[in-house]
Amino acid sequence: MAYALQQLINGLTLGAMYGLIAIGYTMVYGIIGMINFAHGDIFMVSAFIAVTAFTLLAAADVTSIPLALSFVLIVAIFFTSAYGWAVERTAYRPLRGSTRLAPLISAIGMSIFLQNTVQLTQGARVKPIPPVLEGGLVLWDTPAFAVQISWSQMLIIVTTVTLMVAFTWMITQTPFGRQQRSCEQDRTMAALLGVNVDRTISLTFMLGAALAAVAGVMVTVYYGVVDFFIGFLVGIKAFTAAVLGGIGSLPGAMLGGLLIGLIESFWAAYLWAEYKDVATFGILCLVLMLRPSGLLGRPEVEKV
Amino acid sequence: MKKQTLLAAALLALGGFSGAALADLTVAIAGPMTGQYASAGDQIRKGAEMAIADINARGGVLGQKLKLEVGDDACDPKQAVSVANTMVNKGIVYMHGHWCSSSTIPASDVYADADILVATVSTNPQVTERGLPNVFRIMGRDDQQGLVAGGYIADNFKDRKVAVVDDKSAYGKGLADEMAKAMSDKGLKPSLRESITAGERDYSSLIAKFKQAGVDVMAFGGYHTEVALILRQAQAAGLQLTVMGGDTMTNAELVTAAGPAADNVLFTFSPDARKNPDAAPVVEKFRAAKVEPEGYVLYAYAAMQLFEQVATAANSTKYADLEKAMRGGNFKTVIGDLAFGPKGDLNVPGFVVYRWQGGQYDYVK
Repeated sequence: MAYALQQLINGLTLGAMYGLIAIGYTMVYGIIGMINFAHGDIFMVSAFIAVTAFTLLAAADVTSIPLALSFVLIVAIFFTSAYGWAVERTAYRPLRGSTRLAPLISAIGMSIFLQNTVQLTQGARVKPIPPVLEGGLVLWDTPAFAVQISWSQMLIIVTTVTLMVAFTWMITQTPFGRQQRSCEQDRTMAALLGVNVDRTISLTFMLGAALAAVAGVMVTVYYGVVDFFIGFLVGIKAFTAAVLGGIGSLPGAMLGGLLIGLIESFWAAYLWAEYKDVATFGILCLVLMLRPSGLLGRPEVEKV
Repeated sequence: MKKQTLLAAALLALGGFSGAALADLTVAIAGPMTGQYASAGDQIRKGAEMAIADINARGGVLGQKLKLEVGDDACDPKQAVSVANTMVNKGIVYMHGHWCSSSTIPASDVYADADILVATVSTNPQVTERGLPNVFRIMGRDDQQGLVAGGYIADNFKDRKVAVVDDKSAYGKGLADEMAKAMSDKGLKPSLRESITAGERDYSSLIAKFKQAGVDVMAFGGYHTEVALILRQAQAAGLQLTVMGGDTMTNAELVTAAGPAADNVLFTFSPDARKNPDAAPVVEKFRAAKVEPEGYVLYAYAAMQLFEQVATAANSTKYADLEKAMRGGNFKTVIGDLAFGPKGDLNVPGFVVYRWQGGQYDYVK
């Protein structure tokens, strides 16, 4: 029982992280109908920015953890959003209106470009930071097994929940959310009604990148190690989460992320860890067979 | 306009020819120059570049200067085959590579068809077990390595619970299987047998499983990047984990990434070439160039020395002559004397158990 609880905590942390990144995929798909394969690498870039910021702070002798974390978060969000904007501006906007495949290929190219740029400028070696948040709470101490939740796990779960609430509010309640939804439904009509479509799309990319930045900072704090390759597998898992939850749906991305995190950790805990990914993708296939638009997705209505 | 394009093309072609005429002998290295294991590729490149500069300074091989081609397979078997084809097209006479066993195995078939001599450090037995006449291994094999590693575990951790874990790669699974077999033969049954996905970040679930089963020794077949993450996360979860790994653990990146927890890493590797007195001048030279000759650096250097000596002994750069000379000779390199058996494996492939301690690795006492 204690063991299961520990695995639940591990799964939730992992799932929250997948979910944060999955939202970036889902928002972009929702608004321009393309998979932004460079999103995983944007996440990787943000982790590097976080490492740089942490190193700067260490050089400046900042010891207050809340102060350090908020500084790193702000720096990472700022620069990563700039990356998100630049990627959209250079790789996707010139291709808007061409075939659906063109931006997809461009996205893959962007992903390789970002990966190699970071490798060349930062080196291929892993970049470690000393532990930022050490320790945690022992929730339940049975003789056989002590259930622990570390501060960084708590930080990840709390931040994710807060951001989810904030984003749902933004999309459903604010003028920007309204513009975003209008672009999602019909770009031409939205433009005719005075919505600045280009600006809305740019902002969507920046918001997705900002969320990836939060995830990047969390990963840096939690695992303490980053390298230029971390975006790849996480990107694929997060993309899967977005599809599982129903691509285009915000709560779906979060649900998909959590499900994948939980499936991974429980499958590895009780069954064979080597079939963990098989299980994840097997369940994805099953869900897509029964609900082709994902768990919370709406079937796409062909626009006439 | 068209004339200009033609002219440019003609100039380019001329440039290409003159380039080819200057570089008489093309040798190549291939490995993960990019991708997750790029730091190993970096070691190979640094070692080979230094060796070629030294050989050319001595006047080259049979009066011809060497030129180095670098192939990047990112440890991806598909990319490895395409790298191999590219290298064949470039007319290389000798290949030091690839690095990952899963790349070397398919790529060596391509080199075999094109009659190109290969010297590799890949340790999976299948590299030389397929009877390819052109493939030579300047490192030991996983079955020898596993025997030493598994034997050490069985002798020293008799009363502890051991998990055997691999990363599903040709190298990792091969090594882990051999370690498990060697342990069982000595009467220590692994308590857990697990696999992970290379490239993943989160091992909290695996670590909870270790804690549940009371495991505190992990025999690991795989690469150093994963070990670093597992160690760091184990320590955060309050588990003091001892790791036994293979030759890939020589990478100092393990220490930067795992921090003090790296002191719990044991691994098997050939006797340290840096301690070889004959290698001292070369080691000095690397250090002067700010390159620590760790891991595969000296192997790449030795691979190029090997080619120099083989070609000199054969007095030819034709494949048949080179292969014959390779089988017949005893070659002095910075990693020691190399002589090959009928399969292309080294005659004396010693493996020793090392331990990381305060950022340096040394023989276990």
